[in-house]
Amino acid sequence: MSITNLLENWSDFRHQHPSEDRPHLEYKWAMSIDLDSCTGCNACSVACYAENNLPVVGKEKFAHGHSHHWMRIERYWDNDGREFADQGAQFLPMLCQHCESAPCETVCPVGATNHTADGLNSQVYNRCVGSRYCNANCPYKVRYFNWYDYPTTDNVWPAPMEQQLNPDVTVRGKGVMEKCTFCVQRLTVAKSDARTQGRLVLDGEVQTACQQVCPTGAITFGNLVDPLAKVGKQWMQQQVDLNKDKQAKDAAEEAVKLRGYRILEELRTYPSVMYLEQLRESDI
Amino acid sequence: MEKDIREDIAWAQINKDVLKSLESPRRIYWVILLIAIAMVGVAVGCEIYQYQTGMGVANKNNSHVWSLYIATFIFWIGMSHSGTLLSAILHLMHADWRKPIYRFAEAMTTFSLMTAGLFVMVHLGRLWQVYYVMPYPNERWAWPNFQSPLVWDMFAIATYLSSSVLFLYVGMIPDLAICRDNIHAGWRKKLYTIMSLGWEGTDRQWRNFRMTYLTIACFLIPLAVSVHSIVASDFAMSNMPGWHVTSFPPYFVAGALYSGCAAIITLFIILRYVFRFEEYMTLPIMKKLVRLTFAIAMVWTYLNLIEFASVWYGHDQTAKDQLIFKATGPYAPYFWAMIFFGSILPLMLAFKRFQTHLPILFVVSILLNVGMWLERWMIISPSFAHGHYPWAWDHDQWPSLIQWGMVFGSFGWFTLLFMVFCKVFPSVSMYEVKEMVYHRTLAQKHKPAVKGDY
Repeated sequence: MSITNLLENWSDFRHQHPSEDRPHLEYKWAMSIDLDSCTGCNACSVACYAENNLPVVGKEKFAHGHSHHWMRIERYWDNDGREFADQGAQFLPMLCQHCESAPCETVCPVGATNHTADGLNSQVYNRCVGSRYCNANCPYKVRYFNWYDYPTTDNVWPAPMEQQLNPDVTVRGKGVMEKCTFCVQRLTVAKSDARTQGRLVLDGEVQTACQQVCPTGAITFGNLVDPLAKVGKQWMQQQVDLNKDKQAKDAAEEAVKLRGYRILEELRTYPSVMYLEQLRESDI
Repeated sequence: MEKDIREDIAWAQINKDVLKSLESPRRIYWVILLIAIAMVGVAVGCEIYQYQTGMGVANKNNSHVWSLYIATFIFWIGMSHSGTLLSAILHLMHADWRKPIYRFAEAMTTFSLMTAGLFVMVHLGRLWQVYYVMPYPNERWAWPNFQSPLVWDMFAIATYLSSSVLFLYVGMIPDLAICRDNIHAGWRKKLYTIMSLGWEGTDRQWRNFRMTYLTIACFLIPLAVSVHSIVASDFAMSNMPGWHVTSFPPYFVAGALYSGCAAIITLFIILRYVFRFEEYMTLPIMKKLVRLTFAIAMVWTYLNLIEFASVWYGHDQTAKDQLIFKATGPYAPYFWAMIFFGSILPLMLAFKRFQTHLPILFVVSILLNVGMWLERWMIISPSFAHGHYPWAWDHDQWPSLIQWGMVFGSFGWFTLLFMVFCKVFPSVSMYEVKEMVYHRTLAQKHKPAVKGDY
């Protein structure tokens, strides 16, 4: 990259998306969450606790903000501009957005959080030193720190509770950062099964825990590279492009009913989770 | 113009006065030392508890992950910069007035860097893995992430600490030789003999010494600017509203020099009293120091206003919200206290009557540093309490006593190191004070016709 090249093509460099350097050839795991279907029942959150060995920290520590809900249901009570305030809160399931250009990855001093070839934002617990810079730089605040030694001294799983721990997932000691992995343990198994049969993972073959339990089917998860995958179709339908920081919805005329958006897209994090806006009464 | 120090002090008298500081300080020295040790004890206790239990005892939480440790880390890093300003930059500019006071300022640099380094450690969730941040050969070929400003920090601080220790030591060699020649037995004799490296004061030695000293001084000057710029990029490089500000590096450097100068004033007054340095740490020197502090305070105020203005007139709504939150939200008392102590209070220093009034200066210089500490805290905490994502807005987070204990103890740690240094090593540069006397005598001899001070 010469200086002239840099100066002449400045705007290209600024807009260049990381996946153009390292395109996802086989897999790009992505999700879409339909907020209109979400009832805020918290089943996804509970499933995540069970699947990923999340410590249940108790009422007091929860109140201190020490909770570990990798998948959390956020409630928004703001009634501004809402037609039916008596309908209660609006819900937003929030999890790690697995940004393609993740702010957390560049700042980690030891490289404990990385991007995988499958487009996951991975966290290497053994490498983490606990500087918490990743959380500081995460705009969504979806990273959770082990403030105490939950597995041993803090004893969040008194016997025989430890029997229900998922053997495919490690328990994390004090002082490391953790976050949603898109259930990477399931993805790994599915990929290795597919590989032994000489094919790629089919759509629907692997589900995340939150997707699996969602009673209204609000969560769709799959491989964005796979043209048959439901998640890809949804992204296409909503004209949401992984590599853009502005989607068709922002520019669309009011007649075009697009619902797909990604949260805090203007920060150019290129998240892998698309949300489908809640339908308003007036839209129906 | 008044003279910086009396010209008729004999060289032997200078030796005698400074060497006396190694032997018999006032009794309050021991009181200070004991208090400092007690304060360190508090911090050690806090750290042991935190190490055993986990970072949760510091009462940070998942959206508010950084707090007093990082704020105080920046504070101590910042404080170190003025020592370099006095000893290296003013050395190159031949500002002679710095000569009696630069030695302790340089010691302040070294010890405040050591204190700052500790805060990086107590901040880490897994202190026992801290060496992962360093590039070292290992069987997995795992390197630190060179993109991360924290790694730059590690390099910057390690470089700065090692070169300022070297600078402090090299500058002391002729004085250590004087100590060696004037003390007759005991561990001190051995220590000075080893550390003075066989200094005899020959022409060749002086020549080499001057060259070495000048070279290290030149090497230190870019560091004095770069280290705090890199600390600033910890914040400026992130995307948090309130941190993502282009003007942060110069703003941090100005703040650093400011708090350092205020600390030098405080230590100046303490040393002058405790070690009876009235002849060397004189009021005319204090006046120059106060004026320097005033100038830097105004630069800092200016850069602060620039930051507010660029946020206010910028298009970044979240950053603007953050600024409004700082000025009106739950952090408002601290924010306005910072403005008062940092920008309004130093206006006092512009008045001549306060420039040499030691009791007032002592109080004011401490308050200036309170303001500068608040500034660092106001950079860290409000951004976490009011970031990009509304769900994570958490205004209730308040640092626990463990954190406060650690901050409190760090002052004891610094005082302990500093006071021990001043008792073991000459905290006034004997050979350079002699130069001042020497040059003045020469000037009087050759220019008797010049009116005025010279």
